[in-house]
Amino acid sequence: MTKSSEENPAPVLSVRGLSVSFRGARGVWSEVVRGLDLEIGAGETVALVGESGSGKSVTSMAITRLLDPATSRLGGSIILDGQDILALSEEDMVSRIRGQKVAMIFQEPMTSLHPIYTIGDQITEALTVHSQISKAEARKQAIELLHRVRVPHAEARMSDFPHAFSGGMRQRVMIAIALASRPKLLIADEPTTALDVTVEGEILDLLRDLQEEFGMAMLFITHDMGVVAEVADRTVVMLRGEMVESGTTAQIFDAPVQPYTKGLLASVPRLGTMRGEPVPLRFPVVDMASGSVTPGTKLDRTPDTAAPLLKIRDLVTRFDKRGGLLQRRVAQVHAVEDVSFDIYPGETLSLVGESGCGKSTTGRSLIQLSGGRSSGSVDLKGTELFDASGEKLRRLRRRIQMIPQDPLASLSPRMTISEALTEPFLEHRMGSRAEARQKAEMLMNQVGLQPDMLARFPHEFSGGQRQRVCVARALMLDPEMIIADESVSALDVSVKAQVVNLLMDIQQNLGLAFLFISHDIAVVERISHRIAVMYLGEIVEIGPRAAIMESPAHPYTRRLIEAVAVPDPSRRHSRRSQEPVELKTPLHPMSYVPPKRRYIEITPGHLVRDDAMTAA
Amino acid sequence: MTSVSTDKLPPSPTGEGVSAPDGPWKRLSAGLLSSPTAVLSGIGLILIVIAVLLAPLYANHVAHTDPFRSGLSAKIEIDGKKVPVMQRSTEGLGLGVTPIGPTWSGEYMLGADTQGRDVMARMLYGGRSSLLIAASATMLTLVLAAIIGVAAGYTGGLVDGVLSNLIDMMWAFPVYLLAISLSIVMIGKTIVLGPIELSSSSLIIPITIIGLVYVPYVARPVRGRVMAIKNSDFVLAARGLGVRRHRILLRHILPNVLSTLIVFAPMLTALNIVTESALSFLSVGVQAPNASWGTILQDGQALLYSRPTVALAPGIAIMVTVLLLNLFGDVLRDVLDPKSARGR
Repeated sequence: MTKSSEENPAPVLSVRGLSVSFRGARGVWSEVVRGLDLEIGAGETVALVGESGSGKSVTSMAITRLLDPATSRLGGSIILDGQDILALSEEDMVSRIRGQKVAMIFQEPMTSLHPIYTIGDQITEALTVHSQISKAEARKQAIELLHRVRVPHAEARMSDFPHAFSGGMRQRVMIAIALASRPKLLIADEPTTALDVTVEGEILDLLRDLQEEFGMAMLFITHDMGVVAEVADRTVVMLRGEMVESGTTAQIFDAPVQPYTKGLLASVPRLGTMRGEPVPLRFPVVDMASGSVTPGTKLDRTPDTAAPLLKIRDLVTRFDKRGGLLQRRVAQVHAVEDVSFDIYPGETLSLVGESGCGKSTTGRSLIQLSGGRSSGSVDLKGTELFDASGEKLRRLRRRIQMIPQDPLASLSPRMTISEALTEPFLEHRMGSRAEARQKAEMLMNQVGLQPDMLARFPHEFSGGQRQRVCVARALMLDPEMIIADESVSALDVSVKAQVVNLLMDIQQNLGLAFLFISHDIAVVERISHRIAVMYLGEIVEIGPRAAIMESPAHPYTRRLIEAVAVPDPSRRHSRRSQEPVELKTPLHPMSYVPPKRRYIEITPGHLVRDDAMTAA
Repeated sequence: MTSVSTDKLPPSPTGEGVSAPDGPWKRLSAGLLSSPTAVLSGIGLILIVIAVLLAPLYANHVAHTDPFRSGLSAKIEIDGKKVPVMQRSTEGLGLGVTPIGPTWSGEYMLGADTQGRDVMARMLYGGRSSLLIAASATMLTLVLAAIIGVAAGYTGGLVDGVLSNLIDMMWAFPVYLLAISLSIVMIGKTIVLGPIELSSSSLIIPITIIGLVYVPYVARPVRGRVMAIKNSDFVLAARGLGVRRHRILLRHILPNVLSTLIVFAPMLTALNIVTESALSFLSVGVQAPNASWGTILQDGQALLYSRPTVALAPGIAIMVTVLLLNLFGDVLRDVLDPKSARGR
């Protein structure tokens, strides 16, 4: 695992003084990577980490020369296995380097595979394109590769199309294709970012095992410090195109030298730091310039547990799947099944679970925005939301606001921030235009933006600023509850901590209730009073944060928490189970009647689905 | 190695110091101005419009003629000699008369037609009609298509079903067959719509016909665009904020459909010029005494062997105008399409 480059005098990849420039608007060249040095030996894994825009992906594209020569310029030298990459022609790159000496796997396994060829075709193509082997031989090797990446029933699945595979399985197929030519260097560009935590762990294990088997060099590009700690022998930290710090992973994590590295490490949410903390705790405030850390302060306001703000009972949301000649309903996706919980004023309840478990649909169903058919009861302080429609529903929506995952997509591109903020206020006739403006300015201050930014358009803000705008927009309507649907998932670590702190400030000042929907358990641990774990549309366990995190009762909860990559290289996971878990689907025929679930109360407020004892 | 300075707010993910991109309208005009094709074709189009607007001035002060009255007995002075506009034919048996050919000077610059009228003056007046019809029909098409497309796309369900099927039915008709049938019904009658009385020679009839036949071609893509925007995050966010339906439609959806409509405008105008000419050539478009490039083309048909200029002049005018419009439209589409190379 920890083979160092000294054993292997000639590195597989040696990058010296690499610079990459792009031609921007009006022909201006801007340098996005400057003076990068990098060396990877055989069997070694080097992680390239940095926040978005740091130039890490551009570096990988430069190494494979995949950047458009018309709009980009490369400088410095890249030596791969003794060959100067920058001196080679495009034909040489195609015939001798790409897919031969260097192979890549990408972030999006959903789009990297060709949808109209079978998995078998795609792997055999990778095998036959550079070498002369018979079809039968290629097929044999392809099955062997699928076995290697631990795809169950490899032989039978050769004739399946990509859509029949889950995200994790597709990533395994991508890895099989990358390994087909036994490359010297494998570049993995955020290979696990789009995957669920449980699947992420499996893929990281697989990559580590395969690297040992094949003795490849691996360049691992990621923004996730947890993943770095799991896989990398050495780490290179990048910031705005420059290398900030490099060293062994243990060095970087234990004794970072540069302030930026210190700041980056301090902002990473770490699972388990909340052990023994009774109330939600703000993230430490990190000064990126000096690297100094001010510990986070506690949330002072306690939830008002006298009467629930929102009572949700037997919530069911199903989506129809139509088919056949007459477009009749043939099956239903049971997105949310029999979900009941309460939210109290001033409380944060988090919904966690893997993608597709129905947590976002639950949030949207509450305000009838899911697009599916919902039933059950949602009671907001005595008002039944599911009885409302039309104008009454519109007025009720004011009281429950949403903060979206993608702030850019949820702001109309042709409206200024001022219009975006005042529009809902005026639509609900909450006051005059001048009052709306005044409130918008006040809220801009409150979310940490300048009021003079109101004249700008959404695209003139950074990602974190846009999310602050969305928070301000939600607050314009004086809501009683906010649904934060993956609101911080797309943000960089340092920004993520700031926005979470902002949400907690708002809760403290205004006493709002939050339904915090997230797959990021380390963030959830910080912000929640209570946590509900969802799996296949149902809640499997719900209870106070400490109870769920420290003594999870349902096997799925335990699996979810254990799978989180820990940003500490000394606590690398021992081998997880090698057999990938087959995914279940919430798609059922029309005749399906879901089993009635019962919940067992283990300790006060901590409920677990009754299959917990038997499912293990 | 690097000193990092950060204020309270994080740096923008695209890097500090990079100025924010311009708004959509600024980007559109900047994109058009940076393309020589767009600038040159734009100037060309403006010149054509100015020229046809100056038609009365030309007729009164340069050609000294009324282009709508026949000039069979008119005489003009060439090199000090009085020459009749309708000359004794020199071809074949020498029977009949041939209108005068191009003089390349003020009067009868492009010669006369079979009625002895000044072709150049008629070209300018005809251009007025052609461009007016094409532009108005385009507006009509865009407005109707926007209403139908937005209504179908946003409402969905039954309304969408009915409108989409209507569009499909209209689409199934060949354009010219539909236009000719409509013309035959409408032309030759005086249509009374309340206080408005439309005579058969009114330009409103060809405008309506041409405007109607192309509605499906625009309404369909608009409907698709609206359906995509309807499910976008910002519309969902607006619904969650309790913004009313009509406001979502007007303030959130419509501005984002505009670019689709704008792309259609120049190409549709070009298409309409050709359609108008074709209908007028077939005598079901612009009616006498009005002229258009299509009617002049028809006039020139009889003189194709003796005086080809009469047919060539409107033909070239149509070709040049359509070409300029299409060149301009191509650049416009590239600029508005964020995926194209020029769109950046």
